Amino acid sequence: MKSRLRIVLLGLALIGTTATAVEFKQVQANESTVTFGYKQMGVPMEGKFAKFTAQTSFDPAKLSKAQARIDIDLASIDTGSEEANDEVKAKPWFNTQAFPSAGFVSTGVKTLGGNKYEAMGKLTIKGKTLDVVAPFTFQANGTRASFDGVFAIKRLDYNIGEGVWTDVSTVANEIQIKFHIVLTAAPNKK
Amino acid sequence: MSTPIQRYNNTAMALHWLVALLIFAAFPLGVYMHDLPLSPTKLQYYSYHKWIGITILLLVIARVLWRFTHTPPPLPASTPRWEVLVSHITHLALYGLLIAIPLSGWLMSSAKGFQTVWFGVLPLPDLVEKNKELGELLATVHQGLNVFLFLLVGMHIAAVIKHKFIDRDQILERMLPKGMSK
Repeated sequence: MKSRLRIVLLGLALIGTTATAVEFKQVQANESTVTFGYKQMGVPMEGKFAKFTAQTSFDPAKLSKAQARIDIDLASIDTGSEEANDEVKAKPWFNTQAFPSAGFVSTGVKTLGGNKYEAMGKLTIKGKTLDVVAPFTFQANGTRASFDGVFAIKRLDYNIGEGVWTDVSTVANEIQIKFHIVLTAAPNKK
Repeated sequence: MSTPIQRYNNTAMALHWLVALLIFAAFPLGVYMHDLPLSPTKLQYYSYHKWIGITILLLVIARVLWRFTHTPPPLPASTPRWEVLVSHITHLALYGLLIAIPLSGWLMSSAKGFQTVWFGVLPLPDLVEKNKELGELLATVHQGLNVFLFLLVGMHIAAVIKHKFIDRDQILERMLPKGMSK
């Protein structure tokens, strides 16, 4: 048992040393998550988007070439309650008929030291595009890597929740968006 | 009318009338809000209903503690045995329901995925995990218990009317402050 553990650890250490030289491109959609948190009448709520696609290209050694693009299928939203799921697809909220997806496109990445980075980019929701900054951590382990980050947007900036729903004392204006993107290294060309 | 009325003390009266008032707010609110289409108003009503319910729970726990540590004023010696029995059973059931109903509501809220945050400030723990079937079951329990409460409160008020206008005794006065009764 002990010797096997040692071999595994040795293996991990070897992989670890080569990790930074790899470019991570293959997004593992079924291991990745995009979730969000908000407050409703002071009650913390959590939701998620079941369907999204992501394309990223990231090498910590070549940050100037880093790229990320995430497209979220808004109709795949799960707010935590069925009644609300129907409501948020409707016109006052996401209006998914007219705007089926939301997208983030990076414009740059800078390092914050260690495994911490910051992605600058443009977030488009409901036909409105605004600049956002999303701090994230990058962790590589052999051929696998993950991005983890959280940033906040104000829903009214994107007209999410119009009419009576502009009342932010019931559904808070601030929405925390959390992402966990799992990638594998680009396969070697044969 | 020669014997002086023995009343409940101020604590017991305050708890009784406050809980009565809150029941008359939470019950119709609960019935009304249920079928509203989703709107900020609906979310507010649900929160108010939960806040009132948890308040009732705390006040009723206080009342039960009061009852354990005090002897309520006696019933008139002329009260028939069956009335004494029915009165005790009704009161016991009312206490039970006023604890079980807010509890079932709190659990239902958790099972449906909404934590209860008392007055939007104090988060209560989720005692059960989010679970759709459990949420629906607790909704049925909450409703069913409220039907019983409705009937028992009706009986309670009917008994007051009977004692006041038919028996013409001073049962009601035990729960009224001095200045309010002749």
